[in-house]
Amino acid sequence: MRPFTYARATSIDGIHAVQSATGARILAGGTTLYDLMKLGIETPGHLVDVTSIAGLDEIRSHQDELIFGALVTMSDAAAHPAVLQRAPVLAESLSKAASPQLRNMATLAGNLLQRTRCAYFRNGPEYPCNKRMPGSGCAALDGLDRGHALFGGSRSCIAVYPGDWAVALAALDATVDVHGSRGMRTLEVANLHRLPGDTPHLETVLEPDEMILNIRVPVGRLGQASTYHKIRDRESYAFALVSAAVALELDDGMVRQARIALGGVATRPWRVPAAEAALAGQRLDRAAALEAGRVAFADARPGQHNGFKVALGTAAVADALMIAAERSPSR
Amino acid sequence: MSEHDPSPHDRSHDLSINRRDVMLVGVAMTGVTLVGFGETTAATPSAPVARPEMNLTIHFQVNGRPIEMSVDPRASLLDVLREQLDLTGAKKGCDHGQCGACTVHVDGRRVASCLTLAAKMEGRAALTIEGLTPADGPLHPMQQAFIDHDALQCGYCTPGQIMAAVACVQEGHASSEAEIREYMSGNICRCGAYVGIVAAIRDAAVTMGG
Repeated sequence: MRPFTYARATSIDGIHAVQSATGARILAGGTTLYDLMKLGIETPGHLVDVTSIAGLDEIRSHQDELIFGALVTMSDAAAHPAVLQRAPVLAESLSKAASPQLRNMATLAGNLLQRTRCAYFRNGPEYPCNKRMPGSGCAALDGLDRGHALFGGSRSCIAVYPGDWAVALAALDATVDVHGSRGMRTLEVANLHRLPGDTPHLETVLEPDEMILNIRVPVGRLGQASTYHKIRDRESYAFALVSAAVALELDDGMVRQARIALGGVATRPWRVPAAEAALAGQRLDRAAALEAGRVAFADARPGQHNGFKVALGTAAVADALMIAAERSPSR
Repeated sequence: MSEHDPSPHDRSHDLSINRRDVMLVGVAMTGVTLVGFGETTAATPSAPVARPEMNLTIHFQVNGRPIEMSVDPRASLLDVLREQLDLTGAKKGCDHGQCGACTVHVDGRRVASCLTLAAKMEGRAALTIEGLTPADGPLHPMQQAFIDHDALQCGYCTPGQIMAAVACVQEGHASSEAEIREYMSGNICRCGAYVGIVAAIRDAAVTMGG
């Protein structure tokens, strides 16, 4: 592993200056960064550990909003009573991810920035990978693409964004407060990750000197009737083959609003507005739910080995909608 | 890790860059405490020996014992426990947080010690299988239950399984077989002793008052 310097931050002041001056990377739980440093894929020369900064590990439940500090652990957020009650899609996206050990370590902001599990990316220089080494090519395009994207891919990269939490956040129109040399700004989680295009090594719109401080989730009429439905190769502790984050506002069985985001099948968290629109004003029954699933996957571009995800994903969206509807206070 | 070590040429390059940048860090930051920096020179590729002045000094507790020690900034908690403190109960399985063999408790919570940078242990407390009960005392109920239910074959994953299982009960996640299976999913047993493991945890949960 490449040697690095290690510094511990006690406040957010000055972190961006250190990042600008040295290219230092922020270290939180370390479950992605340290993992990839062991593989020689991440090679930072400097780390700034932010986990000692006070005040970033709180969850606040306001009337119309849940606010998560960047350093809240996945396990704490997944078990928080207000999160479980007001937005089960969020709690489930966290409790169905990773293992209890990793959930005790990984933070909510770090989780958003986790990197792809594409084996060609992780397994090093014997495989071309435009994300790891820009311009080298993509081994997945003609390779084993069972785990690769049906949405948002390019000729440069079809690596799937692997996270669950960001998918749930995207469904609920969450935002992040970001701090850097330009001061504070707020970004929509749905726009945080870039499409790979010709630059798959650039994964988010964050500047190198920016750090996520808070994650804000509006929870008004939408939230309670929600679920994160995750289909995996095994029952637990695996990345999604396909997942659906769904939130509904129902009025006497009729859909007033639907939100649907897909995980495990796209290069970034993937909202499907056409499927949401198809449900609006409809009575939610199994047939309508399945039709929404079909609309959600209508534009899918499967490769050689991942075509099964069209049928699997269609059913997952439908099942998620029916589960969320069960939780509606006014069915 | 040896194959990822930089070539000698790269290493000297890194040294000069890092020394300059460390000074930049010192000038630029307010609110960032530089606690050390981590140039190391590997004497042999498989056993990196850190030059003492390049190491970090950390203060933490292991099994109730206060410890001050010098660590390579790259070292994991697992490496420090096994290689420097001779606590070899926690095992290195995958070294990537995927198998659970390295599970220990930090500040009362189970973690993967292989993905915990030792540097991050400053001020924290680790509990390993060696500290689960006093050395001359009886076995912990979970240890006894693993024996009673034959919950192992080769035993390599067992210290991690037991530390995870104790946490599983303490967290209140051992109320049913399904819940135990879900909350023990981060611990892989390649011998396939899962039936015995689940039975042991159900049994120990009663003894532990879970």
